[in-house]
Amino acid sequence: MDLGGISPILLLASLMVASTPILLAALGELVVERAGVLNLGVEGMMITGAITGFATAVATGSPALGFLGAAAGGAALSVIFAVLVLWLKSNQVATGLALTLFGLGLASLIGQGYQGIRAPSTARLDIPLLSDIPALGPILFRHDWVVYLGLALVAGTWWFLSRTRAGLTLRAVGENHDAAHALGYHVLRLRFLAILFGGACAGLGGAYLSLVRVPQWTEGVTAGAGWIALAIVVFASWRPLRLLLGAWLFGGISVLQLNLQAANVPVPVEVLSMAPYLVTILVLVLISSGRGRARLAAPGSLGQPFHASR
Amino acid sequence: MSDVLLAIRGLTKAYPGVIANSDVSFDIRSASVHALLGENGAGKSTLVKTIYGLVRPDVGTMALGGRPYAPPEPRAARAAGVAMVFQHFSLFDALDVAENIALGMENPPPLRDLAARITEVSHEYGLPLDPRRSVGDLSAGERQRVEIIRCLLQSPRLLIMDEPTSVLTPQEVEILFRTLRQLRDEGMAILYISHKLEEIRALCEEATILRGGRVVATCDPRVTSARRMAEMMVGGTLRTPARTSVGGGEVVLEVASLTASSPRLHGTALRDVTFSVSRGEVLGIGGVAGNGQDELLLALSGEMRTAPGMVRLKGEPVGTCRPSERRARGLLCAPEERNGHASAPDMTLTENAFLTGRVREGLARRGLVNWGAATRFAERIIQSFDVRTPGPGVAARSLSGGNLQKFVIGREILQRPEVLVVNQPTWGVDAAAAAAIRQALLDLASQGAAVVVVSQDLDELMEISDRFAALNEGRLSPARPARGLSVEEIGLLLGGAHGMEVAHAHH
Amino acid sequence: MIVLEKRPNPSRAWAFATPVLAVIATMIAGGLLFAALGKDPVLAIRTIFWDPLFGDFASYTRPQLLIKAGPLILIAVGLSFGFRAGIWNIGAEGQYILGALTGAAVGLAFYPTESRLVFPLMVAAGALGGIAWALIPALLKIRFGTNEILVSLMLVYVATNLLAYAALGPLQNPEGMGFPGSRNLSQWLAAANLELFPGTGIHWGVIAAGLAVIVAHVLLARHVFGFAVRLAGQSPRAAAFAGVSPSRLVLACMAMSGGLAGAAGLFEVTGPAGQISIDFNVGYGFTAIIVAFLGRLHPVGILLAGLLMALTYIGGEMAQLQLSLPAAAIQLFQGMLLFFLLAMDVLTQFRLRWKGAPVVPAPAAAAAPQEAS
Repeated sequence: MDLGGISPILLLASLMVASTPILLAALGELVVERAGVLNLGVEGMMITGAITGFATAVATGSPALGFLGAAAGGAALSVIFAVLVLWLKSNQVATGLALTLFGLGLASLIGQGYQGIRAPSTARLDIPLLSDIPALGPILFRHDWVVYLGLALVAGTWWFLSRTRAGLTLRAVGENHDAAHALGYHVLRLRFLAILFGGACAGLGGAYLSLVRVPQWTEGVTAGAGWIALAIVVFASWRPLRLLLGAWLFGGISVLQLNLQAANVPVPVEVLSMAPYLVTILVLVLISSGRGRARLAAPGSLGQPFHASR
Repeated sequence: MSDVLLAIRGLTKAYPGVIANSDVSFDIRSASVHALLGENGAGKSTLVKTIYGLVRPDVGTMALGGRPYAPPEPRAARAAGVAMVFQHFSLFDALDVAENIALGMENPPPLRDLAARITEVSHEYGLPLDPRRSVGDLSAGERQRVEIIRCLLQSPRLLIMDEPTSVLTPQEVEILFRTLRQLRDEGMAILYISHKLEEIRALCEEATILRGGRVVATCDPRVTSARRMAEMMVGGTLRTPARTSVGGGEVVLEVASLTASSPRLHGTALRDVTFSVSRGEVLGIGGVAGNGQDELLLALSGEMRTAPGMVRLKGEPVGTCRPSERRARGLLCAPEERNGHASAPDMTLTENAFLTGRVREGLARRGLVNWGAATRFAERIIQSFDVRTPGPGVAARSLSGGNLQKFVIGREILQRPEVLVVNQPTWGVDAAAAAAIRQALLDLASQGAAVVVVSQDLDELMEISDRFAALNEGRLSPARPARGLSVEEIGLLLGGAHGMEVAHAHH
Repeated sequence: MIVLEKRPNPSRAWAFATPVLAVIATMIAGGLLFAALGKDPVLAIRTIFWDPLFGDFASYTRPQLLIKAGPLILIAVGLSFGFRAGIWNIGAEGQYILGALTGAAVGLAFYPTESRLVFPLMVAAGALGGIAWALIPALLKIRFGTNEILVSLMLVYVATNLLAYAALGPLQNPEGMGFPGSRNLSQWLAAANLELFPGTGIHWGVIAAGLAVIVAHVLLARHVFGFAVRLAGQSPRAAAFAGVSPSRLVLACMAMSGGLAGAAGLFEVTGPAGQISIDFNVGYGFTAIIVAFLGRLHPVGILLAGLLMALTYIGGEMAQLQLSLPAAAIQLFQGMLLFFLLAMDVLTQFRLRWKGAPVVPAPAAAAAPQEAS
C-alpha cells in the first residue's frame, strides 16, 4: 500500500478529465428533461457515439472529426427515440430502455473490426499564461480541447436557458406543454431539437471515453456512465451550474477509486469498483430526501406524452 | 351603433361523430361587450379557438376590421390584435410573472423593461401585480390578473374572456367588471363567454346564444330576463329541484379543528376547520377555487390521513382510517375531478363501478373479484341515473362530462351512504344533468343521509343547502342557515376581494 | 398529412395484432440488416426462426428453447406487474445474480449433505435474496422518494462486482485448484436442478415459470391486487381514491419481481449454468424487459414472447455458428423488435386519419342496420 504516491494536484487534474464524459452526457440530458422529455437511452447513445466517433477518428486520422462523428451518431440514434416518443406517443421509459438495449447491440456490431486498434491521440491544449499558475494551472488549464468544450457548453447552456427567449420557451414547454401549445408554441418541434442536442452531447461523452480516456474500443466501454449521467441531472436539480459539481464529484470518486486500486489498498478490487455506483445511490437518497426539494425543481411535464387535443 | 370589428360568416367545424359548429354567423362590434352563451358542448370553445387560431374551420370565413381574417395559429391572431384569457389558465407555475407574460407576447421587451410596464399597466387598470413573483404561489384571482395583463400589454382590438369569473369572489368580479367597462370605453371589443346569466345582464350589450353548435338566438341581455336566456340556452323550460326538508336528525359527521398541510405542491393547508352535519341535512361549503376544497375532500375521503379525532363518524374517530374502511363505515365521497380521480378514464364502467363499490356492494370475496356482480352494479347505476352509454363495457373517457358525472355521483348514492361528500357535483355539466344530480342529492338527504356539497357555484348552494359555510384560505367560516343570506354577506364570508385595489379609473 | 386521433376505447384487435406485426416488421428490417452484413437474408431468418424448431439439430435445440425461455418468462412475469403500475424495476439482472449468490451460498453451507431439503431451501434463499435486493430501491423510493429506475440499475453494477468477488473469494471451489468459480452445483445431487423429463429441457425453473404465468393471470384478471396494479398504472389519483396505498404497491411489485428474478437465478445456477462464475449472468434480466413489453405485460403474452425471444437466442447462436453472423446482430435484432412494438402501439390507442378530408358524422339512420328491401 502506497498512499503517498497519490499527488493531490494530479488527482484533481485527472478528475477534470474523468468527469468530462459524464458532464457532456448529463448536460444533453438536462436540456432534454428541461423540455419535458425523459430519455433513458443516454447509455445507448453514449456507447453509439463512442464507436462511431472511434471509427471516424480511425478512418480519418483526425480526433476532431471523430468527435463530430460521435455527435452525429448519438444524434442519429436519438432521432429514433424522438420519432417514437413525440409522434408515435410511445411510453418514454420503455422507449428509453429500448434505446439503450439497441444502442449497446449496435455499438458492439459496429465495433467488431475495431478491437485492439489505437485511436489517434487528442492533443493537449495548454492555455497560455493561465496554465502557468501554480496548482490551479495544472488542474484547470492543461487539458485537451474537449475538456474546455465541456465547460464552455455548461456556461452556454446556462446562458441559453436563463437568458434567451428560446431558452424561456424551452422551459415553458417542459413546464406545461398544454399551456405552451395554447399560446401557439410548437411543442413537438422544440422537443425534437432538444432530443437531438441530448443525443449529440451523449455521443460526444461516449467518444471522450473511447478516444481519450481508454483510449481504444472495448465492448461496454461506457460501463453505466450514461446512467450515472441521468442521476447527476437529478442531483443538479436540473440546473447547469450544479451539474458541474455533480460531474466533478463522480469524476473524483472514480479517479480516487482507481488510484486506491493502484496503491494496493487492502480492500477487494470489486468493492472499490462498486464505489461510484454506491455513491450514486447515496447521493440520490440525500438529494431526494431534502424535503422534496428535488421534486420541486423537476419540470412539470417531465415524462408525460403530449397530444394536442381539440 | 359602433362599427363591426369581427364579422363571422358561416363557420362550420366537424369532428368525428360530432359537429362542433354549424353555420355560425354573427358580428362583434368595437367598444362593446358581446356575450357568447351556451351550455357545455354547445360549441362555444370550438368557436373561440377558431377565432384565436387554435382550430381551423372546415367551412366559413371571418373578417377583422373589414379585412379577411383566417389565423393559422395563435401567433397570427395575436399579431392581428386578438387576445384571449383562458378558462383553464395557460400559465407556467415554475416561472415568474414577467416570464409568463413575455411568453404570451410576440416581441417582448427585455425582462427589466417588461417588469416596469407590467407594474405600470396593472396599476392603471386596478389589477396590481408583482412581476418577480413565481406564478405557482399566486391565488386564482391573481393568476387571472397575469393573463389579463398579458393580453392588455399587446393592446388588442378584441379581447376574448372564457368563463373569467368562476374563480372570483363577488367583490373581485365587481373589480373585474370595472376594468372591462373601462376597456370597452377605450374602444376595445370584448367577447365574454359565460353561463352566469346575471353577470351577463350586468355587463354585456349583446348576446349570441349557441345550442348544438348553431346560433339559436341573439338578444340584448340588458332587457331580457335571465330565465328567458336560460331557456333559449337549454331549448326548453327549466324546473327547479324540489325538496322536502327533514333536518334536525342526529349528528353523523363531525370535523373538529381539522388542521393539515396540503400534499400537493402549490396546495392550501387546512386550518382549524370545524363543522358537523346531521342526518337529513345538506351542508353547502362555498369558496373560490384553491382555498382548500381539494384538501378537505382528501381529508374526508381518507386519501390524506389526519389525527384520529379530527374526523368523527357517528362519534367514532376515523381520521386515521383508510378510504376503504371509511366506505365500509358509511362515509362516501365524490371528488371534483371526475376524469382521473373519481374514475379511471381508460377503464370500463364495470371496473369503475368496482373502484368504490367493492366493499359496500360485496363485489369481492377473499380477494377475488366478482365481475358479474360488478357489471350488474354498473348497469344499475346506468339505469337509475339515466347515464347515456352503449353499456358498462365502454371506457369511462368515452362518456360526456355530464354522463360521467351522473355515473360517479350515482355510484356513491346507490351504495346508500350515511354521509356523502361531493365536490363540484355539477361543474361542466349541462343543465338537465345538473338538475338531475341536484335532485338526487336532495332525495338522498330526505332519505336520512347527511350530505356535504362543496361547490364554487353559489346559486347551486343556495338552491340545495340547509346551512352554508365558506372556505377561505383553508379556514371555514361558521355555518349559517342558507335561507335569507344576501350576496353581499356571502361575498364577505368568501373573504371579500383578496387585496384587490379599486380601479383608479380615469376617463 | 396524417393526423392521430385518440380512440374513445382502446382497440382490442390492434392490441393482438401489433405484436405480430412487430415481429414481421423486425424480420424484414432484420433481413435488410443481415443483407447489409453480406449474409443471405432469407437463410438467416430461416436459421433463426425455423431451424431451431424443425431443422437438422431440432432434437438438440428444442429442449434448449424451454431452458432459455424459463428464466425469461419467470423474470418478465414478475416485472410486468410493476411496469403496469408504473413502478420501473429495471434491475432484474442484479436481483437474478443475488438470487443465485444467496441460494448457492445457503446450499454450499450444507455441502456435501444429500438431504432432499437442500434444494427447496436454496430456492427459498434465492427468492429471498432477489427480494432483498429489489427492496433496496423500493424502500429508498418510499422513504426518500429516490428514483427506482436509477437505484435498481446501479445495483446491477454492484451485483456484478459482488458476483466477481464471490466467485474469486468466499464461494470459490476449495478443490478447484485456484480457478475462479464455485463447486459445480449441478453435479451435487441434493442441489442439482436436473431435467425432469429427458429430452424436453423441462427443469424446475420451467415448471415455476409455467406456474407463475397461471398465478399471474388469475391475479391480474380476477384478484383485487391485479385490479389495484392496473388502476395505479392508469390513474394514480383514482387508485388513491379507491384506497390503494402507493407504498404498499411499490413494496409488493418490487418484492414480486425481485423474488421471481432471484428464483430464476437460483434455477439457472443449479441447472444450466451449474456454478457461480464471473460470467454467470448473460443478460436475462434485461432481455426480460423486452419480453414483458412484447407480451404486452400480459401473462399469456409473456409466455409467447418468452418462447419467441428464446428462439432468437438459439437461432442466433446457430446463425453465429453456421453463417458466422455476429452475436451483436442478434442483440440489435431484439432491440429492433421492441422498437417496432412500441412504434405500432400507437395504433391501439390512436386512429390514423388523413387530414384535410372533411369529416361529417354519419346520419343516425345510416348507423342502424339496413333492412333488406
